[in-house]
Amino acid sequence: MVGQKHLLLGTRKGLFQFVAQDHDWRMVRHSFEGIPALYACYDARNDTIWVSLDHGHWGQKLHRSTDGGQTWQEIPAPKYPETAMLKDDKPAALELIWYIQPGGADQPQRLYLGTNPGGLFVSDDGGDTFQFADSLWNHPSRPENWFGGGKDNAGICSILVHPDDPRHLTLTVSVGGVYVSRDGGATWEGRNKGIVSEFLPNPESEYGHDPHYITHCPARPEVLWQQNHCGIYRSENGGESWEEISQSDGPARFGWAICAHETDPLTAWVVPAHSDMSRVTIDQSLCVSRTEDGGKTWTAFREGLPQELCYDIVYRHAFHNMGDSLMFGSTTGNLFFSTDAGASWRTLANYLPPVYSVRMYAN
Amino acid sequence: MAHVQFTRNLKRFFPDLEPVEIQSDTVSDLVRELDVRHPHLASYIVDDRGALRRHVNIFVNERMIQDRETLSDALSTDAKVFIVQALSGG
Repeated sequence: MVGQKHLLLGTRKGLFQFVAQDHDWRMVRHSFEGIPALYACYDARNDTIWVSLDHGHWGQKLHRSTDGGQTWQEIPAPKYPETAMLKDDKPAALELIWYIQPGGADQPQRLYLGTNPGGLFVSDDGGDTFQFADSLWNHPSRPENWFGGGKDNAGICSILVHPDDPRHLTLTVSVGGVYVSRDGGATWEGRNKGIVSEFLPNPESEYGHDPHYITHCPARPEVLWQQNHCGIYRSENGGESWEEISQSDGPARFGWAICAHETDPLTAWVVPAHSDMSRVTIDQSLCVSRTEDGGKTWTAFREGLPQELCYDIVYRHAFHNMGDSLMFGSTTGNLFFSTDAGASWRTLANYLPPVYSVRMYAN
Repeated sequence: MAHVQFTRNLKRFFPDLEPVEIQSDTVSDLVRELDVRHPHLASYIVDDRGALRRHVNIFVNERMIQDRETLSDALSTDAKVFIVQALSGG
């Protein structure tokens, strides 16, 4: 039985919390006012909310709440070891806590942090302390194939835990590619076959690709969806091979975020943007594109979304689905919500700060 | 004893923070001692490696410290230390 529905909204000016009420959403709390809240998520295993903060002056911080956001506890942010060096022999130091991923249901104390400049951190004590994952950092592909895209250095921007096997991890390095571990993070292998990156000297290189975001169909976790810098991709074999499913004559191609249907492995949604050269909406209007046949065809839905003078961009963590509900927030501070699987949309808020992350949950 | 003052912006995160006198030979030692008195405070001032954060400044006797990497600047017995944030962002 689904209980109360909640929304966590990470924005440039703090964390906003909403609850669903009478077919609408009501804002109930604004925490960390004025401080960039980069990513927030809910850990259902222990009823904990996590948020990463990107203070302009005071560094990266990690907080958790075990009372629904009423009070927060600061956790010491993870530290890169002294031996961790960047390509130019500069020491690596924490730049962003970009992604927070709770471990599997049978690992209640495990938590993963994806960070810039490319470090993965793992906790086995519920987030009290974090260990640096040397295994990924020391992967032979890193020195030559990881680099910054929109940021100075590479970062880990999505992490998937296989629902049936918590030791099976899939993550994305932007820029670097997709990596998989089958042993809980002890060893890693690239999973980029089929990805074509026109910005690389060898577009079909084994590494060096730019997966903006990866997700899976929870009921069929071998089915992966990837919004890549160079198109949209789908895999039916856990990333062993990828097939490009971008729309050749339509909007579904460039963007950052992608949502996968919870049970139907053929259905996914994207919020298209123009291109990497011009990071704006297409024709000053906003649409959500949905495929229901594994990416063979896409349908663009515009009802309820602005269709003129619109420049809203949707970041990689700012689009989320739960059942037939979808929600996204934009760089222009607009928040849109659908209850019919993306066919029509309602505006929940205007004039919010730029939205970095959108995550719904029910408890 | 060094006399230490802080930007009021740090009081948001450390409400008990008040001007304090601390015996330290270097700025680095001073930051370490501050962290003992106010857990996590050092992480707001320096990064993972102990280098001064880019948008934080420490003045000793009204002069910006020289060594932002290891904070080795010496402190005289009556040094006046001011920990401030640079102005940036919007």
